[in-house]
Amino acid sequence: MSDWKKSVTPMVFPGKIAVPYTWTVGSTLSKFYCELRDNGKIWANKCPSCGTVFVPPKVKCINCYRDPNIWVELPGTGTVESYTIVRYEEPTLHPRKAPFVYGLIKMDGADTCMVHFIDEIEPEKVKVGMRVEAVFSENREGNILDISHFRPIK
Amino acid sequence: MGKRVGIVGVGQTHHASQRLDASGVELIAEAVTRALDDAEITIKDIDAVVIGNMDHFENINYVDMWAVDGLGAVMKPVFKVTTGGTTGTTIAACAFYTVASGLFDVVLAVGWEKNSESDTQAAVATCANPVLERDFFAGAIGPLATEYSMYMKAYGATEEDAAIVAARERNNALNNPYAHVRQAVTVEDVLKSPMLSYPIKFLDMCPRSDGACAVIFAVEEKAKKLCPRPAWIHASVVRHDYTHFGDLEWTFMPTLERASAEAYKLAGITNPLKEFDVAELYLPASTCGVKWMDSLWFCDHGEAPKLIRKGVFDMDGELPVNPSGGVICTNPIGATGLIRVGEAAWQIMGRAGARQVENVRRALVTGFGGCSWSDVIILGADLP
Amino acid sequence: MERVAIIGVSQTKYTQNNPLSFAELVYQVTTAALEDAGITISDIDNVVSVSSDFWDGRTISSMAISDASGAYGKDITTVEGDGTFGALYGLMRTLSGSFDTTLVVAHHKGTESNMRGITNTAFDPLVERKLGLDAISSAALQARRYMTKYGLKEEQFALVSVKNHGNAMRNPLALFPMEITVEDVMNSRRIADPLKLLDCSPVTDGAAAVILATEHAAKKLVPPQKCVWVKGVGHCADAFRLGDRDLADTRALTAAAKRAYSMAGIQDPGREIDLAEVYDAFSYMETLWLEGLGICPEGMACEHLERGRFDFTGPLPVNPSGGRLSSHPVQVAGLAELVECVLQLRGEAGDRQVEGARTALAHGVNGMCGQSHCVWILGK
Repeated sequence: MSDWKKSVTPMVFPGKIAVPYTWTVGSTLSKFYCELRDNGKIWANKCPSCGTVFVPPKVKCINCYRDPNIWVELPGTGTVESYTIVRYEEPTLHPRKAPFVYGLIKMDGADTCMVHFIDEIEPEKVKVGMRVEAVFSENREGNILDISHFRPIK
Repeated sequence: MGKRVGIVGVGQTHHASQRLDASGVELIAEAVTRALDDAEITIKDIDAVVIGNMDHFENINYVDMWAVDGLGAVMKPVFKVTTGGTTGTTIAACAFYTVASGLFDVVLAVGWEKNSESDTQAAVATCANPVLERDFFAGAIGPLATEYSMYMKAYGATEEDAAIVAARERNNALNNPYAHVRQAVTVEDVLKSPMLSYPIKFLDMCPRSDGACAVIFAVEEKAKKLCPRPAWIHASVVRHDYTHFGDLEWTFMPTLERASAEAYKLAGITNPLKEFDVAELYLPASTCGVKWMDSLWFCDHGEAPKLIRKGVFDMDGELPVNPSGGVICTNPIGATGLIRVGEAAWQIMGRAGARQVENVRRALVTGFGGCSWSDVIILGADLP
Repeated sequence: MERVAIIGVSQTKYTQNNPLSFAELVYQVTTAALEDAGITISDIDNVVSVSSDFWDGRTISSMAISDASGAYGKDITTVEGDGTFGALYGLMRTLSGSFDTTLVVAHHKGTESNMRGITNTAFDPLVERKLGLDAISSAALQARRYMTKYGLKEEQFALVSVKNHGNAMRNPLALFPMEITVEDVMNSRRIADPLKLLDCSPVTDGAAAVILATEHAAKKLVPPQKCVWVKGVGHCADAFRLGDRDLADTRALTAAAKRAYSMAGIQDPGREIDLAEVYDAFSYMETLWLEGLGICPEGMACEHLERGRFDFTGPLPVNPSGGRLSSHPVQVAGLAELVECVLQLRGEAGDRQVEGARTALAHGVNGMCGQSHCVWILGK
């Protein structure tokens, strides 16, 4: 009954979902990105109830569900909690050429880490516990790449 | 046997064509906060969360994971359901079954969409089979226009019948502070509006909106403590049809007929037109508000225009349909079906403000989507 | 909780570049699960489909397979996420009193998709997505955090890969059965330090299905040996951004497991569970999750692994199927674990049968770096 299948050459059609997107940044992150773009400063927000400080800033405190409506400017320094050396190329996604380093950086003055690039150091020399500071891009557009990368504090 | 379940709180955002002030997570937080306030509980009282939307409208994968901040769902059980246009009613059904199972007592259901973030038609078009149908029949308006043309031809329904529905719903929305489009219109305004796809005109058709809706479901014992008049769930039925548009029946909607017949049976309803006090129906175009009335067993096939012209579905008629203004006034797609549930629940709870229908004891809710998919939910002021 | 049984199961052979369409895959496992149970599609009251609009490249992904799952004229719904969550919703629908039998079916064709692009979309378009993160680079951050916290080594994680690919040699359905050594793993191509090729699961195509039934329906429809009982289930999600939590802290998993154990009356999971299928999307995840499941104290799973505790011939075999490292069809994976547990508990697991298995654990994950977990306890 299914013998006819044996003579079929399977076909494949290529396709792509070509839907352009415009994401609303919203009030919380707009404030964050405006400070980043216009002043080269990293701001966090803080929950008035439990005091947790979030960067990037949050819409609601993840512990209390209160509005973290206290804004705090951060010094832009931090400690590397984890990192990875990415060795594969993915030009449609990666703003950098491999090998490059992603770091999970515990930000001074905040209770959370930020993920970003670590540069100005050989990838193999990056260590957990290193002290790093944010380096801002020359041309800032109001997104996470306004921070170019983090570099070791000398 | 399953537990009995009631809705104890509802929250909605003020829906708009584009909420520039609020990201998706912020919209969700708004609706959830309002629902918690409506139910007079805190996030600590929520035992589990279910969320839904249509992925390709915002291009966010694992939306349940992405939304946890706004949902208050960190360190809570959460997952996502999605079924296209019926997503909103699918979310409601999921919350219902979650509580009815006895595994969770108080469940938060959230539906949302920021249709402003993408080209709605382009995204919807991806539901058509890419090999067979996507190139020439995709999108929402084409199929709806086709079905009403066939209905007009079969039974003599007119464009004016649809325009009466459009004007009725748009004028109803003036009483709904949450509605996206709030604009007084006459039947003539509708008939004169630009043609989109014969015979559907601009004012016959739903908008695309940014918005979110949150509904809180609770198990019987808790619902009674939390709410003076919970909206009890009497039935939830889903019937889907074939995958390809070309396979469907076009002069009536078999899925809606089967789903509603089954739901009426479960809820003990024998004369829906008389026994329901209000209906919040998923009508993406005014033409649906004509043709689909047949398939809800309100009348024989082809007889709906008579009921419409008699004003049966007006606010002061026998069965007010869409006091909220319905889908043609507000359509954040992942939320739209859930908004029907929320609005119907508020009608029973007596919290529908200026659009409140008197003495609502039973409410009918429908969801629609995809390939003629139909969801029917029945709510009641009394325990089932 | 009222008693619910899994009465029928099926899964495809896991392959790459599978020529079957999604609908054909779903049809295949649906008919096979019905056959396994010895029932027909008319005995199924409702369907839960597990699918993803992203991986299927279309909106309303379940629309393409609803016919194939026999859902015409039935109540159907769709969960987007791992199969364990889909099965959980199926369980709740079965317990609700509305349905006596529920078919849960999952499908996935990883090789038809762009895995990196799709996992990148799990990240916030407003923040991390622009950095180009995907499943692998984020997992690498978690792996190193875990290593730092407990002083673990890549060689220890490599043992997971050796064990699981080796276990897959006994599973005719697995995609990558392999006899490899720790050295093979250590020498495999570095992808995102500390993850190497053999630390990572493969892109896979496949489908799976399970049929749930209330106790009274199960008694009517199938003989007792087909029934495997759901003893407990729990699910829980942690925070979203990678930086919001300690990636080596498995508190959400622990909470999910606690609920499942409590329902199942399990007090000492390490002793009371006979086998576990755990979500090893990457080698380090197996040991991390075993700790979160309370099967080992924190930081100790690698040592237990080294001592052979989780070997196929050990006291608590983990991933006797070969695990996700051998076959990883996303969304399907958790459902495939449930299938494996059912086969094991029925004594139908062939060469990979764990002797005397009476209690099994299945574990699924949603989101990046195991943000959300679902834990199942099944028993005979």
